[in-house]
Amino acid sequence: MKLFRAAAIAFLLVVCLAGLLANVVAPASCARQFREQPDAPPSHAHWLGTDDLGRDRFSRLLYGTRVSLFLAPAAAALAGVLAALIGGVAGLAGGWIESCLMAATDLFLSMPWLFLLVTVRALLPLDVSPWASVTITFALLGCLGWAAAARVVCADVRTLWSSDALLLGHASGSSGLHLLRWHIVPRLKPVLWAQFWISIPVFILSEANLSILGLGVAEPLPSWGSLLSELESFPVFTTQPWQLAPLFLLVATVSCFHLALQNQESWA
Amino acid sequence: MKPSFLRFLCVLFLVPLAARAQSAGHPANQLRFCITSQPKTFDPQLVTDDASETIRYLTGGVLVRLNRSTQQLEPALATSWQVDRSGRTIRFVLRHDIYFSDGTPFSAADVAWTMQRLMNPALHSPAGDAFRSGEGRVVTQVIGKDRIAVTFPRPVVGLARLFDQVAIMSASSPHGGMAVLGPYCLAKNKAGSWLLLKRNPHYWKRDTAGHPLPYIDSVRIDVEPNRDIEVLRFLHGDIDFINSVDAMDYDRLKARAPSTAIDAGPSLDSEQVWFNQVPGAPLPAYKKAWFASTDFRRAISESIDRQALARVVFRGHAHPAISWISPADKYWFNARLSPHPFDPHGALRLLAQDGFQLRNGALYDRGGHVVEFSVITNAGNLYREQMATMIQQDLAGIGIRLRIVTLDFASLIERITRTFDYEACLLGLVNDELDPDAQMNVWLSSAENHQWNPSQKTPATSWEAEIDRLMRAQASTSDLSRRKAEVDRVQEIVFEQEPFIYLVNKDALSAVSTRLRNVRPSVLRPQIYWNIDELWLDASGGGKR
Repeated sequence: MKLFRAAAIAFLLVVCLAGLLANVVAPASCARQFREQPDAPPSHAHWLGTDDLGRDRFSRLLYGTRVSLFLAPAAAALAGVLAALIGGVAGLAGGWIESCLMAATDLFLSMPWLFLLVTVRALLPLDVSPWASVTITFALLGCLGWAAAARVVCADVRTLWSSDALLLGHASGSSGLHLLRWHIVPRLKPVLWAQFWISIPVFILSEANLSILGLGVAEPLPSWGSLLSELESFPVFTTQPWQLAPLFLLVATVSCFHLALQNQESWA
Repeated sequence: MKPSFLRFLCVLFLVPLAARAQSAGHPANQLRFCITSQPKTFDPQLVTDDASETIRYLTGGVLVRLNRSTQQLEPALATSWQVDRSGRTIRFVLRHDIYFSDGTPFSAADVAWTMQRLMNPALHSPAGDAFRSGEGRVVTQVIGKDRIAVTFPRPVVGLARLFDQVAIMSASSPHGGMAVLGPYCLAKNKAGSWLLLKRNPHYWKRDTAGHPLPYIDSVRIDVEPNRDIEVLRFLHGDIDFINSVDAMDYDRLKARAPSTAIDAGPSLDSEQVWFNQVPGAPLPAYKKAWFASTDFRRAISESIDRQALARVVFRGHAHPAISWISPADKYWFNARLSPHPFDPHGALRLLAQDGFQLRNGALYDRGGHVVEFSVITNAGNLYREQMATMIQQDLAGIGIRLRIVTLDFASLIERITRTFDYEACLLGLVNDELDPDAQMNVWLSSAENHQWNPSQKTPATSWEAEIDRLMRAQASTSDLSRRKAEVDRVQEIVFEQEPFIYLVNKDALSAVSTRLRNVRPSVLRPQIYWNIDELWLDASGGGKR
């Protein structure tokens, strides 16, 4: 198991470094179009071939890693923090505060966010840079993606609060803060980690879908989401399997994160 | 096992199988194709959507028919016609012994009734709007059983051609609008699912050997909104043609079944970019000055590699656009115009004339502002997004930074028609009309669709005033050669001034089964079945088309 964990950490390090140093490692700029070679298969010059416009797929994957690997977890963390705060307060306070917060959560879950996102895009100025656009997109995803997790956290906190261990703590004179710090938060960690890992691939794919509304990563900047969206319209599984590289990288990265942090979760 | 459960299993498995068997076993002499939505109307005078237009084309009998191949008018229910010198009156001589699909005889009274109904303002007929050139009544004069004259209050440009859209209806049939004069009549309509057209037993046309037309007994039209499913159904032989496919699907079809994919050459549709030149637009003054400069617009045009757009984005199934009239329009296209050059150095020279300077890879105007702007296009249109990305790289070559913003269509329309909060826009124009008069609503400076600066009270520039004059002049005469000269001059002005920077004309791409014969693909709609009465189905399905 230790060997697997070490391998996962090594893989993640390589992926993170490759993303960070994309402008050094990538054989070409992510925007450069080799117009004489659109849709080219893998070759010595283009390891993963080229896309519809002749851009080097390997370079775009590296630059896309930089965008997605840092912004999707950031959005997932933002959603996790909001879920922990809102769900935690609701579970701890109980009564009318819980009712109000959970009603707000339910309202949040049932709102047609598509229209809000369309409005946001309409309100944004047109001269937003591609990096600002992608940051806004992931921030929005983080702000909108907390509600389901908040319900889970609230239910867990409520159960913990009425558990025998916490009753004993109360009886032995421990303060509320002490119980929160040493008994509730550590027990909530696995739940929050699970929500965090579930959110990352969801946010990456949501970002790809948001491009339909004109939100998301603007050209020529790539992201895993925009690279994955290229798989929609073509039977790549049989004819151009190298186009599946972003999918494999996403699955491998999320799996390695799970492996690398498994011990931490057990500890938590 | 209980009998009721057995019956349930039978229903569960056998009914879908039976339905499938019925679907697979369609009659041998039946043509099948798809439309994307249910027709909104079967009234030929109220057609506004493509699906209804399909039904009108297949069932409606017209006085004159535009041959989509030669682009010339041909006699149909009228054996001859003549437009008088005023351009207001058209006289038709009609065929004898013609009957509607229900056996009701056809006469000049039916034409008169059709025209009166069509021009009734209360009906709000889109086909009738094309004839409306001024206030007043339309007068129909029946001159015997087979002659009729129709007089309009003002001259109508391209009058005879407009009758290609007018399906003649019966004035006396007990079946009303369901009695038709076209090759087919509606037999069944399963709303939202499919329509069945049967051969009109009284159709007037015969082939050269005297055999009655059409050759095909029935037409089944399935409503299929999903384009991918339509392509799959075609590949499985479930439908006989796809009227219009995009470049990506075309290549898929070409790879799977090369003889079925047809590229009929450049269509009438165009893709273009324009700059916002609205004086009141919320843009900085220095940007308005760039966009109003002819040299700036021409420089942008010369720095765009249109050949690459056609080759890379449309996979070779498009041609660099030259004018607002496509080369597919054989008569009206100005053949003296040659394609815009791809010349980044020439573009920089033009920009230098306006005081722009290239420093350290970035272009600056004479006020020291970095030249950068955004282009909006509709999100979800892969081809437009790819064109914008290629233009982005082309402009980077002359030091201009272009930002691409994709918007949902409603937001985009809001910006280009109401708030004018945009810098440049990339969109396409879908064109059905050969006659340039149909684009009056674009070229007149007072028009709402004069996109770069719409609804002007007086023309903002001298060249727009000249276009106004020429377009009005061509609309007020029926002298074809004079009209041609005026429209040619408008094309030259637009070529020089480039208020629209035309990018490409997409090719008309279709897919046709090898069992469908006599197909003569056209760039005009309906591309494949425009000669429906001459098409026939070869049971063997092989060989040349």
